[in-house]
Amino acid sequence: MLGTVDRIIDSYGARQEALVQILLDIQHELRWLPRPVLERVAARLELPLNLIYNVTTFYKHFSLVPQGRHSISVCVGTACHVRGASRLLGRVSEALGIKPDETTADEKFTLKTVSCLGCCALGPVMVLDGEYMSNPNSTDIAELIEKCE
Amino acid sequence: MAEVNLVINGEQVRAQEGMSILEAAREADIFIPTLCHHAEIDAYGACRLCVVELRQGDRSRVVASCLYPVAEGLVVETESEKIKNYRRTILNLLLQRWDNIPRALLDRYGAAPNPRYVENMTFCILCGLCVRYCRDVKGANVLGFIGRGTIRQVVVFPDQAMKYCPTCGNGEMECLHYCPTGVITSDYQGTGPANGQPLPHAYPVCIRDETNILEILERVGHLEY
Repeated sequence: MLGTVDRIIDSYGARQEALVQILLDIQHELRWLPRPVLERVAARLELPLNLIYNVTTFYKHFSLVPQGRHSISVCVGTACHVRGASRLLGRVSEALGIKPDETTADEKFTLKTVSCLGCCALGPVMVLDGEYMSNPNSTDIAELIEKCE
Repeated sequence: MAEVNLVINGEQVRAQEGMSILEAAREADIFIPTLCHHAEIDAYGACRLCVVELRQGDRSRVVASCLYPVAEGLVVETESEKIKNYRRTILNLLLQRWDNIPRALLDRYGAAPNPRYVENMTFCILCGLCVRYCRDVKGANVLGFIGRGTIRQVVVFPDQAMKYCPTCGNGEMECLHYCPTGVITSDYQGTGPANGQPLPHAYPVCIRDETNILEILERVGHLEY
């Protein structure tokens, strides 16, 4: 894990101003930012740890908790909301056994809510690993979850 | 250093180039209220109480005097009606986080505590004095900000704290004396993780009971971080 981190840091010449880009690349590979990784980044870039936390908690994109291998996003924007997003969210939540912003115990799925994906005509919309689907019912959801590795 | 001349509240004031309006005013014994300013620490512009009005003919601008550098011919008003209104609003907003702002300051600008907000009191006004003192003066980086917007808070990093706090100010941590709310609250019962994410390695600081940070670390020491 730290080898990956070092490689990414080296690819930016360990420059302090590349901090955000380095963190983005690390998160892309590891899916989240564990504490030892943040400590390594701090040490290599010669930045204090509190600054790293300042940055990683400022941007919503960074995650300090493990993320599942698959991400499921349910849109709760206005259009989806009036078309039944809460019921869809309830179905997904029930199927996975987790609440929004949580990850299943086997680190397989992370459930998130988003506000508008720009395809309101499909609403309520769910996205599984980049694939959009319109108002899947409980059977559809169970099948999709089953298919994921 | 070149000298510049400016006018504050109708008085001629001389100042050194590079000073802020606030510094120039204080040297001339002109009162400007501040909460996040300290002479030893770089200005930060967090509390906004130091706003002043810059007059340019018929027009005026409102700027934070702690950050605005003096310049030749500036005309500054520190207690105009507009500024008093600004400060009242700012104090009313600050009161929602901290209800024990010095009475004299509240009365001066007509601000008053509102019972509606007492429930949400955090006591920390996020002035950053403790964080900046720890970082800039002590070079210790024990304290830091996490989060953004309404969930922004000051946290202490235990590993760093173990290293630096015991020797800081002979065991009586110096940062405590910089907190304008008088209580760097070491409140670990508290507000908990930012935006619902567990952050097991950084504890919120919020000093309601003036508890020593180290005592708190002992209390939470069994937690894994």
